Amino acid sequence: MLKQIEGSHAVAEAVALCRPEVICAYPISPQTHIVEGIGEMVKDGQLKNCEFINVESEFAAMSVAIGSSAAGARTYTATASQGLLFMVEAVYNASGLGLPIVMTVANRSIGAPINIWNDHSDSLSQRDCGWIQLFAETNQEALDLHIEAFKLAEELSLPVMVCMDGFILTHAYERVDMPTQAQVDAFLPPYEPRQVLDPAEPVSIGAMVGPEAFMEVRYLAHAKQMQALELIPRMAKEFESVFGRVIGGLTRTYMADDAETMVIAMGSVLGTIKDVVDEMREQGHKIGVLGITSFRPFPLADVADALRNCKRFVVLEKSLAVGIGGIVATNVRMAVTGMGLKGYTVIAGLGGRAITKKSLHALFVKAERSELEPLTFLDVDWRVINRQLDRERQKRRSGPAAEAMLRDLGMVAAKIA
Amino acid sequence: MDKPFAITLKPGSSLANHTGSWRTMRPVYVDRLPPCNATCPAGENIQGWLLHAESGDYEKAWRSLVQNNPLPAIMGRACYHPCEGACNRTRLDEAVGINSVERFLGDEAIKHGWKFDAPAKASGKRVLVIGAGPAGLTAAYHLQRLGHQAVIYEAAEHAGGMMRYGIPKYRLPRDIIDAEVQRILDLGVELRLNTKVANLAEAMKEGFDAAFLGVGAHIAKRAYIPAGDADKVLDAVSVLRGMEGESAPLLGRRVVVYGGGNTAIDVARTAKRLGAEESIIVYRRTREKMPAHDFEVEDALKEGVSIKWLSTITEAGLSETGGDIMVEKMALDANGFPQPTGEYERIEADSLVLALGQDTDLSLLDNVPGLVTANGIVQVDASMMTGYPGVFAGGDMAGNDRTVTVAVGHGKKAARAIDAWLRNEQHEPDPKHELATFERLNTWYYSDAPKTVRPVLDIIRRQSTFEEVLGGLDEGNALFEARRCLSCGNCFECDNCYGVCPDNAVIKLGPGQRFQFNYDYCKGCGMCATECPCGAIAVVAEDI
Amino acid sequence: MSLQPIKFYQTGTFTVGNRLLAPEERSVQANMQRTNSLNSGHRACQGCGEALGARYAIDAAMNATNRQLIAANATGCLEVFSTPYPETSWQIPWIHSLFGNTAAVATGMAAALKVKGRSEVRVVAQGGDGGTTDIGFGCLSGMFERNDDVLYICYDNGGYMNTGVQRSSATPPAARTATTMAVGDAPGNVFGQGKFVPAIAMAHEIPYVATATVADLRDLEYKVTKAMGMHGARYIQILVPCPLGWGTPSSDTIRMARLAKETGVFPVFEAENGEVTAVLKIRKRLPVEEYLKPQKRYAHLFGKQPRVDTIASIQALADKNIRKYKLLEEGI
Repeated sequence: MLKQIEGSHAVAEAVALCRPEVICAYPISPQTHIVEGIGEMVKDGQLKNCEFINVESEFAAMSVAIGSSAAGARTYTATASQGLLFMVEAVYNASGLGLPIVMTVANRSIGAPINIWNDHSDSLSQRDCGWIQLFAETNQEALDLHIEAFKLAEELSLPVMVCMDGFILTHAYERVDMPTQAQVDAFLPPYEPRQVLDPAEPVSIGAMVGPEAFMEVRYLAHAKQMQALELIPRMAKEFESVFGRVIGGLTRTYMADDAETMVIAMGSVLGTIKDVVDEMREQGHKIGVLGITSFRPFPLADVADALRNCKRFVVLEKSLAVGIGGIVATNVRMAVTGMGLKGYTVIAGLGGRAITKKSLHALFVKAERSELEPLTFLDVDWRVINRQLDRERQKRRSGPAAEAMLRDLGMVAAKIA
Repeated sequence: MDKPFAITLKPGSSLANHTGSWRTMRPVYVDRLPPCNATCPAGENIQGWLLHAESGDYEKAWRSLVQNNPLPAIMGRACYHPCEGACNRTRLDEAVGINSVERFLGDEAIKHGWKFDAPAKASGKRVLVIGAGPAGLTAAYHLQRLGHQAVIYEAAEHAGGMMRYGIPKYRLPRDIIDAEVQRILDLGVELRLNTKVANLAEAMKEGFDAAFLGVGAHIAKRAYIPAGDADKVLDAVSVLRGMEGESAPLLGRRVVVYGGGNTAIDVARTAKRLGAEESIIVYRRTREKMPAHDFEVEDALKEGVSIKWLSTITEAGLSETGGDIMVEKMALDANGFPQPTGEYERIEADSLVLALGQDTDLSLLDNVPGLVTANGIVQVDASMMTGYPGVFAGGDMAGNDRTVTVAVGHGKKAARAIDAWLRNEQHEPDPKHELATFERLNTWYYSDAPKTVRPVLDIIRRQSTFEEVLGGLDEGNALFEARRCLSCGNCFECDNCYGVCPDNAVIKLGPGQRFQFNYDYCKGCGMCATECPCGAIAVVAEDI
Repeated sequence: MSLQPIKFYQTGTFTVGNRLLAPEERSVQANMQRTNSLNSGHRACQGCGEALGARYAIDAAMNATNRQLIAANATGCLEVFSTPYPETSWQIPWIHSLFGNTAAVATGMAAALKVKGRSEVRVVAQGGDGGTTDIGFGCLSGMFERNDDVLYICYDNGGYMNTGVQRSSATPPAARTATTMAVGDAPGNVFGQGKFVPAIAMAHEIPYVATATVADLRDLEYKVTKAMGMHGARYIQILVPCPLGWGTPSSDTIRMARLAKETGVFPVFEAENGEVTAVLKIRKRLPVEEYLKPQKRYAHLFGKQPRVDTIASIQALADKNIRKYKLLEEGI
């Protein structure tokens, strides 16, 4: 059924169709509309057999999710940014215990300085937490991935994070095709936990494991993600057969066949990139796109395959590994080890900085001409940066950098000396 | 369940980890000797029989009791219960009323007609018992139960000895004596009354393999007191014995009793009941020094008996009518001995009763080779055997501690020794356990419960009748009293050790079976021993 | 009275069992078929109060729920000594997640059971004082205010014993820990700090709050049983002396708990909907020295020059408890 609705609401409806049994809610922008939407459905009785719990923190949200999942309930929560960081200890714990929780991360930057706008710093900070991480390109994909995520999580007994760009997707009203309950039921069987707290068959979950077995446990966690590499494409096909739509498996390519330059990215920015690529193709540039849907597990083989025929690649990512450069780029480079490709890392759109077609166009052309630095920060104001760096060189205590820079930009009243 | 590796574990799997290897100290269950048992002259296992009484199984309690003492109803009245003096509970509130529970059990047995367990297989041996007092009756009882034929020769008309002829009725009703004696006879013990043995050697020839002497001490000691009218000077033994005759002794309106023992008290109280307006005890020392039990003194005072402390009688029979005595005031010297002061007082008296102790008639022992007497007492070894092999002695004639309870203890001890002797063996008593002192207890676990006061006959009736002064307990308060027992040194299955072990290393074996340590898991923390209310767990060093 | 006294003389009802009581009047621990929820083979120190308290409490909860119980457990001694791979001592469905989230995990468990329609299965959460009063306090308070159907049991031994005896917000004043050393002018833990979580729990007006000690088993079992008969958020804090942290002989764990209660240092009471409804009276009042002196963590108070001032301050705190909770029959 086609609907013109907000991204968050689309996800809320999709999650509701998955018949979740426990939902933990703690507000943080830009995730709020999702749980608000589900909460309303629980409250008005549309969504039955579901406990909607207003918790006191994200840490509690994930912890409640751990408890309910371990006790056999299909469990969902959503967060973003600082919230994800606040629950980190529990995030690792959920995957360590193998609990198939599904969580939406409405991607947002991480402070300080505090910033509510979109980038991928939050999810990517959790790249090693043991969860599966799927990135949605569109609102349609966001809702579809949630349906897939429950099935994937429960099949593997592993938690899944569905990442969608904050505001850009969550708050965007777009047309989506909402599946029917029957379709979802056909695709997603009821939750059969692999392990459960049940007096009929007691177990102790969460033992302390020492050096004698810890490595094996960690390897098994890795092996499970390797299984996911096989399962995700299969599940995407199954999804297509039930819902008649193609969703991102591990990766997706666009105009890649004869591309000499490949642009690699995740999330909604792929739409802008594809627009630029379309324009550049018309101008005769051999440029294509590789979109990564599954960041964890990272599909090394698929990425290598997709880049096998190109000459260079540009990883455009909304995250920064401070002190080294790109996060996605580092992963991509590992995939192409030994392939002799020229690779560029472009950090873009941090904290909601707009990524314009114009800038992308110029960027890609520079890459084609090998004029691009290995690490590029797209559209930063070098005047501001250099002035601050100068100031700091002159004076050891130059005051808060962000404030000084803002003052340079004229955004703070110059009352403060 | 397809459990994730290492993270999820099968329940209870820690049983594979034997934490007993950590242990440096090991708890062990012990039975310590309760102070009551340790003190009982009759060697009763008091804590043992109270344990059964606590659960209301009075017959079992009685059967446990009579393993040592066949006279509980008598003992429950006549015993001066040193056990209660030793009772650890005195440190908490008051001693357990052991004596009253014993009497209750004895009375229950009489009421229900409980009989002793049948004797062991007959040995064919015959043992002569001389004297049917507490020592003789007890010896005969034990001998009979051990399979020997006991035959008692008793000089008096009735069995009981001093229990009948020395203890007033108001303390020990005669039907009680009759019932307990009869029960012993029902075992097959032969009793020949009015049979005085003049010559032991001769008597032994009547087919006896061994003999037990328990003739008592019936001869009153006299002191020289110048007396005008000797008729008015009596002795306690004859007064009390006279009470068993057709007519009671004539003591008059004012009676003076001379002496400080329990017998003096008995006589004074008897005199009061016979109608004396004044019954005065004259004693040369102070109340603290008086050999009579304090509660007896207290009862006597309550009944109107008066006592002149630090006084001796120097002369009697002063008045025309026969009575009146001269009393000299005494003072204690540095060593606590009374010394005359030269101060005199004259007391009106219709009669003077001397209660100065008793001696034994040892004439029957003439011509027994090897038998030694000293100070009027027959000398016996640790097994109660006299210098003549096969002849044993006990009771008042064999010691200075002359109580019914001591006599019962002697009788038992001698019977066991005789049994061994008849088999050419030496009786070896079981080694005594370590004493269960108060410090061994964890009294937190006992709730406060003051001693039940037995119903006491009101004073008016006590002054005029020979009805029993002390009543018995009824079933309710007997149970209460029994349950006041702290079970010192002996497990009473309170489940504390089973409960307080942090390692589940105590195995509960079920009712009456007590507990066992599971040394596979016991880490030796010692909490079980600390929290055992009765001190029945010891902690010993582990051999490492 | 929180504990109905049974007229019984030899041992009162202070003992674990007693052959003379009817089986239904004996404690759960006296039962030959008790669950032993925390079984033998665990690696708790000798004389561990927490191991004892946990078995007491969980066995009672198992008994009260007809063995339909699942539990969440905070990181800490109890977790570490009970479930080192490859062995667990637990006989019940049990989960350990983190140090600070146990109340929330239990909330999730209860929610799952509710939505699954398994009302017969009940949830217990448990942790030490560090996991409860400090790091887990946010989740605990959240669980309380939502009135989630969880009994949370805090085993209070007054410090972080698992990590080597550091101070927690439940460490009593003047006590020496590895982070409140017995040095300087005011040795040991600071006066005027710390929190008494049962009172804070009461402020949430949850259905049931109680304190107990391992020295009063009947009282402890009564409270756990009562709590399991109720729904909503419930909290029981059990004083569990730690031989290691307190510096007491392993054989004296229960004795120390008893002294804590008898001196008034640890008030034993219960409260419903925010109001105290009953207290366990002091049977025989003792001065705090009796409690402090056997513990090495207070040894600095009894040196060559005894710290009478400090002891008096601790006595004043005990006296306050006695007044506040009316721990004596006739007051002070």
